[in-house]
Amino acid sequence: MKKNLLLVTGLVMLFSMSMFSCTGKNPVIQEAKELSGAGATFPKVLYEKYFDNYNQLKQVQVNYQAVGSGAGINTLIEKTIDFGATDAPMKAEEEEKAGAAVLHIPTSLGAVVITYNLEGSPKLKLNASAISGIFLGTIKKWNDPVLQQLNVGTTLPDANIVVIHRSDGSGTTYTFTEYLTKADPNWEKALGTGKTVNWPVGLGGKGNDGVAGLLTQTPNSIGYVELIFAAQNNLPYALIQNKSGNFVEPTLESVSKAADIELPDDLKVSITDTDSADGYPISTFTWIILYQEQNYNNRDITKARAVYNLLWWITHEGQDINETLQFGKLSDLAVQKAEALIKQITFDGKPIN
Amino acid sequence: MFYMRSDKVFKIVLLVFGFLILFFSIGIFIQLSSSAWLSIKQNGVSFLFKSVWDPNKDVYGALPFLIGTFITALLSVFLSLPLSIGTSLFLSDYVKGNFSNIISSLIDLLASIPSVVYGLWGLFMLVPYIRILENWLFKYAGFIPLFNSKPYGVGILSATVVLLIMILPYSISVIKEVLKMVPDDLKEAGYALGANKWEVMQKIVLPYIKSGIFAGTGLSLGRALGETMAVTMVIGNRNAVPTSLFDPANTLASVIANEFYEASSASHVSSLIYLALILFVFSFLVNFTMQLILRKINTGMIKK
Repeated sequence: MKKNLLLVTGLVMLFSMSMFSCTGKNPVIQEAKELSGAGATFPKVLYEKYFDNYNQLKQVQVNYQAVGSGAGINTLIEKTIDFGATDAPMKAEEEEKAGAAVLHIPTSLGAVVITYNLEGSPKLKLNASAISGIFLGTIKKWNDPVLQQLNVGTTLPDANIVVIHRSDGSGTTYTFTEYLTKADPNWEKALGTGKTVNWPVGLGGKGNDGVAGLLTQTPNSIGYVELIFAAQNNLPYALIQNKSGNFVEPTLESVSKAADIELPDDLKVSITDTDSADGYPISTFTWIILYQEQNYNNRDITKARAVYNLLWWITHEGQDINETLQFGKLSDLAVQKAEALIKQITFDGKPIN
Repeated sequence: MFYMRSDKVFKIVLLVFGFLILFFSIGIFIQLSSSAWLSIKQNGVSFLFKSVWDPNKDVYGALPFLIGTFITALLSVFLSLPLSIGTSLFLSDYVKGNFSNIISSLIDLLASIPSVVYGLWGLFMLVPYIRILENWLFKYAGFIPLFNSKPYGVGILSATVVLLIMILPYSISVIKEVLKMVPDDLKEAGYALGANKWEVMQKIVLPYIKSGIFAGTGLSLGRALGETMAVTMVIGNRNAVPTSLFDPANTLASVIANEFYEASSASHVSSLIYLALILFVFSFLVNFTMQLILRKINTGMIKK
């Protein structure tokens, strides 16, 4: 009896194996039907929408795990995924670990807004040194002369400022601190840029919701969240003075305009504290990252072609989805440069198309 | 013949299961130690006593988290003791039947609520009330060092209260089980000697269940030390040594949960795993001491 069972199982296994190998030999498949990516949580909603639409259109299923930019970079370096996603370009140290050239293809733009809980939710105007002073704890009260001067005509309360920041490592904190590092020398000396920094004051909330949760129940508090999150939750946000001296409201338009600058060919560019006159200064690209040479870890050319087509679609047709989800659209110049980058993708040293 | 063989096979299977547990715990320890090795080499033991945690500048010290973890865990366990002993006594000796069953199952239900739900409830329901309490204490009792810092609502006090509620069902269920084992003969003997209920509880029942109380405390302390999600949401996440009950702080588990995902530099990751190793060792020590104490109490009881 037992022997029979063994025999049957063996036969079934053999049969199914031969089935698979048959389909494997079928030469019709040109493009892999399944891709996997991992990385940033910030564009998760957008990417899910991209991949859902793309699946309906081209029947290619893309599995995206929003595990965080850092983890995305690490999994790409471990070569277990087809592409990674990150809010901050890879550091030199990470690129060295990657061992081969990695391309950064921008997909959209995001922004970090300064939000607050003040009675009457007045429209505040802030500049880099004021933000830096508040988050470093040197500006302690709302009616501090620095804040009053920026907001002539608004009465600010004689109350202590409660600072709320992200407690978890995040691209949002990275963008926020990078802006302040560039725009304010005090910040650079005190904390610098990072996904987590050593906050001297304030409370930490986990995730955008954690920050918003603390903010809504703490009167006279101030914090920073992603633009999409503030828009979805009707949080008030401040106008920020950019390098050209203009106070800019964070909108999809002003965020996209932040990228209206000389872009380098590799598109690994930080656009915080932008030179663009109408650009919102705390904006950032978010990137999909992939190996330029696609033949690694036994991947075949069908995978490479699928990635190539996916990226082409995202940077062209896919861009129409961005603004429906409160993400900034790539400018024409950025798309042109992205095209050039995508064309650099190779398999066995040969271009894909 | 056949029965002999199945018996042997069963024995081997059980042996494998037993060793599997041993293998897992030792495996986790080895894995943690090896991943933390980089940080152990860089920071040494002084890691435990340094109070600055700044991944950006590659400075790592665990003191704020150690203090945050132990204050919240010990305080919540300490505060939960009278509550859990009282509730168990009430359920086993003062009410009988349906009412007791309903309360018992509600308590069991408390244990099965996911911790993120506790965290959300804590943040949105509990913290506003705690803030009112803290403001009041700050105003009228602010001269006492414990209440001597600006209240935010979130902080050590909120984390302690949330933990307190989370660990209650664990200690209650253990103590309740032990209470069932108190022989009725003893209690009846007490009553026969003219003792009232309070005296029976105090002189006969409580001494009898000492070991159960220890076991319950140990279990809840272990739970409180490692609780992550709920604590993270209400503790305020400040990486500094707290000076009062109102201060925002951070715990070993919550800082790992906060920073691990986006940690990319090798020394940062390794330092976070070093924290995990410390937590692992402390949890192990807590369990181990509890076992020792239990054994002492039990053998002592038998000798009597």
